Amino acid sequence: MISRRDLLKKAGKAVAGASISLAAIEFLSPARVQALKADKAVRWVFLVDTYKCVGCGLCVKACKNENEIPYDANVTRTWVERYVITSDGKLHADSPKGCRDGFTTSKIDVGMGKLQDIKNEDIKKAFFVPKLCNQCENPPCVQVCPVGATYQAPDGVVLVDRTWCIGCGYCIMACPYGVRFFHPKYHTAEKCNFCYHRINKGLKTACVQACPFGARQIGNMKDPDDPVTKIITTERVGILKSEFGTKPQVFYIGLDEEVK
Amino acid sequence: MKNHVFRPLLVVIGLVVLVLLIRPFYVPKDFGVHERGYMYGWYRQSNTEDWKKVKVKYQGSEYCKDCHADKLESISQSPHMIIQCENCHGPALDHPSDPEKLTIDRSRGQCLRCHAKLSYPKSSRAGIKGIDPDTHNADTECVSCHNPHKPSLEGLK
Amino acid sequence: MVHGEIWTLKELFVTPNEYIYWSVQIVMYPFMTGLVAGAFVLSSLYHVFGIKELKDIARFALVFSFALLFAAPMPIILHLQHPLRGINVMMTPHFTSAIAAFGIVFSGYGAIVASELWFLYRKHFVEQSLLLKGKQDRSLGESLLYLIFTVLTLGSFDITEEAQHRDEKAIKVLAGIGIPVACFLHGYAGFIFGSVKANALWMTPLMPVIFIMSAVVSGIALCMLTYIATMEIRKFLACRQQSPSYSPECREEIKSVEVKVIQMTAKYLLFFLIFAISLELLDLIFRGYTATKSWDVLRSVIYGKDFTSIFILQYGLGNLIPFIIFLTPGLTIRRAVVGVLFVMFGVFMMRWNVVIGGQAFSLTFNGYMHYHLPIIPHDWETLKEGLFGALGVFVMPFVLFYFLTKIFPIFGLKESH
Repeated sequence: MISRRDLLKKAGKAVAGASISLAAIEFLSPARVQALKADKAVRWVFLVDTYKCVGCGLCVKACKNENEIPYDANVTRTWVERYVITSDGKLHADSPKGCRDGFTTSKIDVGMGKLQDIKNEDIKKAFFVPKLCNQCENPPCVQVCPVGATYQAPDGVVLVDRTWCIGCGYCIMACPYGVRFFHPKYHTAEKCNFCYHRINKGLKTACVQACPFGARQIGNMKDPDDPVTKIITTERVGILKSEFGTKPQVFYIGLDEEVK
Repeated sequence: MKNHVFRPLLVVIGLVVLVLLIRPFYVPKDFGVHERGYMYGWYRQSNTEDWKKVKVKYQGSEYCKDCHADKLESISQSPHMIIQCENCHGPALDHPSDPEKLTIDRSRGQCLRCHAKLSYPKSSRAGIKGIDPDTHNADTECVSCHNPHKPSLEGLK
Repeated sequence: MVHGEIWTLKELFVTPNEYIYWSVQIVMYPFMTGLVAGAFVLSSLYHVFGIKELKDIARFALVFSFALLFAAPMPIILHLQHPLRGINVMMTPHFTSAIAAFGIVFSGYGAIVASELWFLYRKHFVEQSLLLKGKQDRSLGESLLYLIFTVLTLGSFDITEEAQHRDEKAIKVLAGIGIPVACFLHGYAGFIFGSVKANALWMTPLMPVIFIMSAVVSGIALCMLTYIATMEIRKFLACRQQSPSYSPECREEIKSVEVKVIQMTAKYLLFFLIFAISLELLDLIFRGYTATKSWDVLRSVIYGKDFTSIFILQYGLGNLIPFIIFLTPGLTIRRAVVGVLFVMFGVFMMRWNVVIGGQAFSLTFNGYMHYHLPIIPHDWETLKEGLFGALGVFVMPFVLFYFLTKIFPIFGLKESH
């Protein structure tokens, strides 16, 4: 038999314990955050050279295999877009299956199962643009996660905790770049994470390795000798949708005004 | 308490305490505010390690070199040397132990990724030798005539 | 199949991962919370501002608001990919997210409504509990009721004049706190959408205010509708029983009270409706006038793809027709029912046009997505996020209301206030 006094004592302890754990929430404590900022040696960034991309889609194929995104599911962590601007000034753009099988026809996929013929002589300008998660410095997707299931790792990569995500889809809505989707198998938010398991082992991301033309490169912005850092800091590069203030960390060489 | 007016408040406080009691059992110990502060760094820290543990599938051509040096040697003479072995041979994983044999992608589609002719001015694609897939031996696999490791016309089978 | 793929049809340039991820349940969510907030505001108009004409509907609206309160989180739970993890919102809330506050605000609001109800019905609980206690041979059902009522008294059996006076005061205070909280609850449902900077249609600071106004409109409309329905049932019963206490005079009396209440409430409905429409039109005009980058695609959606559902269904059927109905003199019950149904449909269409309309165009501004509501369910997903899921959510508060009135009787209570 537990005496009443014991019971009260235990209950008191439990409440005290609970309040300590509440203290562990520490909503805002700048001092501790500063102290934690010791490891600042890595900031992963990405560089895309749109002049080099030929739209073969080997990057998409490798990405899907490497990151276990069901191959036939119509979602992908990275994709390649095709932009064709005709002499009448019109833009024709598509990315069938995210370019998983490459661009093998000059016909443009206009959705609803229809293809549109574009005559070669009408083409004024045409190019390919690979897309992936921008690992924003101010990721809006992380800001809107109601439970802390997605976050920015110290090295700048935005990750998703598959064991904690409730699947509300708010992060998908908040991403201005459309890189997020629900994983068909785990039913949690899914996104490109720069092949986190690879870059932490000293490997390149699957897409960078698979690209035969060097259109994709990954680097560490904190390392001044990194070739990618050198290009970003010394050459003219662009970013996507700067108006949102997200500070994207995927930089583009040869970015066109039509690319959104 | 004499005054009954505060009874509902006691019920509410009771419920809040209940949630706080459950919380330590439910929430992982390493869940908290990390480097990027509460806005961007509110998470379970061990998740970062979970992601690092994901298995590497594509090993890179260096991995193939030890056993298949001859193949690498032959392809290095051709423009196809820029293509990673695994792009066609499939991810190596732990080959040769697991899997013992890789599934090679010999499909026409694989070649057409680059060699379907798209004459896009100022795009690198225009510089790649290409064919019109509809007229160039439409029903035949490319590999029945062309050798991917020796794609020049002398390499025709 | 990827989530969202089954009901999304893509047209022109849409990026591969874009689907209509927020489907009909997310339309239901602001619709239902709107009803909660609206019903509560209606009841508070009497309790706080002492608008005597609304006395009859006030008690009713409060109980109904409570029933709706339980139904309001249902759409979210049905929408979540991992509903069982929904509790995470309470366990590790991330308050930089508009959704995170949902758990807290919603529970807080629930506590206010529940407390107000408790004060309103405390006397009834005590009386029932004592009555059943005194009873000699209780049946199982009666024993259960006794248990429920005794627990509901929260151990306080003090129903002296003085204690009841304190109850009244508490109700007034709670109703007073409740109004801003109800507005906050719903205003921030608007904030959930208004703060998504990636979505050109949603992002406007007017969104929360628009949502509050239309919430009040729909809440009042639903209360009127349910009030009429309940009164009609009472009349029907009065007719059938023919007992002395339900004389034909009594029937007439019910009817005259009913018409008066409805005419009064309709005025408030119109007042809030004008507010809501003005704000919506302001938003539309402002977008057109400033014509920023997104206007081209928004215009093609608003005036093209969604023309029918915005201008005909929402503004036409949902706003214009009720205006005509309510402003024509000599409002009858039958006409009120029709008007109220149109109003509720209009508010639902407004939610639809915001939630689905906001996903009708691609992030590229060069493509469109079309939503096809799954009607015949063929798996769990098309059931819960289809027509039947939405209907289930809509019917739920009425079922709950029925059971709640067993504990919180709406009529036949001796008036204490």
